[in-house]
Amino acid sequence: MNFLRNQLDKVKHNFERGQKWEKYYYAYEALDTFMFAPNTTNDVKGSQIRDAIDLKRLMMTVIIGMVPCLLFGIWNVGHQHFLAIGQAGATLGDKLWVGALQVVPIIIISYGVGLGIEFIFSTLRKHPVNEGFLVTGMLIPLVMPPDVPLWQVAVATAFAVIIGKEAFGGTGMNVVNVALTARAFLYFAYPSDLSGDVWTFIGDGQAVAGYSGATPLSLAADAATTGVNVVQSFNSFGAGWNEGVFTLSNLFMGIRPGSIGETSTLMCLIGALILIATGAGSWKIIVSVFGGAYVMGLFLNLVGGNAFTQMPAHYHLVIGGLAFGAVFMATDPVTASQTETGKWVYGFLIGLFTVLIRVFNPAYPEGIMLAILLMNVFAPLIDYFVVSANKKRRLQRATV
Amino acid sequence: MSTETVEIEKVEKKSEPLFSKKNKKLISNPLDIDNPITVQILGVCSALAITSQIKPAIVMTLGLTFVTAFSNVFISLMRNGIPSRIRIIVQLAIVSVWVILVDQLLKAYVYDMAKLMSVYVGLIITNCIVMGRLEAYAMANKPWPSFLDGIGNGLGYGIILIILAVVRELFGSGTLFKGFPFEWHVFESMGIKYQGNGLLLLPAGACILLGIIIWVQRSINGYRETH
Repeated sequence: MNFLRNQLDKVKHNFERGQKWEKYYYAYEALDTFMFAPNTTNDVKGSQIRDAIDLKRLMMTVIIGMVPCLLFGIWNVGHQHFLAIGQAGATLGDKLWVGALQVVPIIIISYGVGLGIEFIFSTLRKHPVNEGFLVTGMLIPLVMPPDVPLWQVAVATAFAVIIGKEAFGGTGMNVVNVALTARAFLYFAYPSDLSGDVWTFIGDGQAVAGYSGATPLSLAADAATTGVNVVQSFNSFGAGWNEGVFTLSNLFMGIRPGSIGETSTLMCLIGALILIATGAGSWKIIVSVFGGAYVMGLFLNLVGGNAFTQMPAHYHLVIGGLAFGAVFMATDPVTASQTETGKWVYGFLIGLFTVLIRVFNPAYPEGIMLAILLMNVFAPLIDYFVVSANKKRRLQRATV
Repeated sequence: MSTETVEIEKVEKKSEPLFSKKNKKLISNPLDIDNPITVQILGVCSALAITSQIKPAIVMTLGLTFVTAFSNVFISLMRNGIPSRIRIIVQLAIVSVWVILVDQLLKAYVYDMAKLMSVYVGLIITNCIVMGRLEAYAMANKPWPSFLDGIGNGLGYGIILIILAVVRELFGSGTLFKGFPFEWHVFESMGIKYQGNGLLLLPAGACILLGIIIWVQRSINGYRETH
């Protein structure tokens, strides 16, 4: 550590004002403060610090919240791989190894590309590098299918950081969630790599007889046309190679194919507990997303129509990526509603639109991504109405 | 009425050369600092809709330049005789004549292209650039500058269309000049297996691309909107 400190100190004078690498001062500064605590302190007079929480600590808290999803995801990628090639007896170590080989490169690419762009922009715009990419860089891998081509991760990350964030002014200024921008980009740019049989990593192996890459959402969407009972087709799916993969309890546990981090509702809820306990995420948004999806599901049950609308409402909460989106995407403090009442409305509408898109738009089986992006755009409007309603109420009360 | 009349001094005006500095500006300004798409933000709908390949973008550019230039000339010739209350309908009638002409020509000689561009040729009638130039320029200027103004704005529109189309066609489907005899499969000929980017083929992708062009242009020439 001392060696690193000495090396950094040795080159420091080159970056100071008037020296040869002055342009790159902020790149140097970011590297320095990332590795070491800054040695500058506040004046005796001046700002009053109550708690040392800053952007960096908030971001790290969210990352810790994602760790259960990530670890489970790595194991699950391996587990599904061995089930699909018919080697159910593989050891835990093998599963973790296969999973890590798939997942870790995606994480490295996502962080490498994203932080590279952040450094370039902070140098060009002469502002310190923010820690804004720490969470995004971890969210992007978690919403990717396990065998997504790495160059696509790089392109999507670059697109999301430049268009989703830097074009609007950088960390804290983005209108829509950056990680979801990356996924939406892939979804529309390379649809064949983000739909169909991509949710299980098969690799060089040969899939077992009877293997199918269908997901609960695609089964349910098929049911809308064929008219078979959705719950029955869930329960009978996977017979012969992955018995009971889509039963309700298993859907909740998340031992099923899907994006790397989104499959397990349980792990997302553990993450939610961490976020809520530390105050990093708003419980109102999380609860109201689930509530909105459930209410919309119940409403569709009442309306009836086809087999998908008649799927019991609680299934909507455990299939697809609803839980992951609700906990980690919808709660993003930059893009969510800021007012407390607004958070309820914002979350509720996300849940409602998710189910609506799932059921009525078979072209987009996963509704949560589009629902969150849509409501990100409307969040400032919701806040506006909440604030003006508040003003109106207070004006009525005022006696002039 | 007073009997007093103001003697207007007749100034012997030197006739302006056809391509004076002022007239050249009519062509060059719309290409950059007064671009109809990136600065005035007009005519965006067709710019997003027909730029997924270069060929329709070129045809559209020619069509719009032709219509704008000749509508400008005719309105400019008529400008002193048009009652201002009904000027829009007169302008529309003139524009429609030229658009119908373009439409029929396309249908007669490049029918596939006419089918591909579907309603967008007809929609030149309501293209904001055409109407905007008539209102802002041709109604107050002589025919020859109006003609140049129409050509300039058509080309300003076209240059953005072609930039959009080149990027979209190259990265969207991996080809250039598709539909021409010298069609070029860029990545195939270099031996690279290229997977087309579907987002760029959607109008939404074109919208993002247009935003990037505006971003780049404004950071180069420092243009800021004034309120």
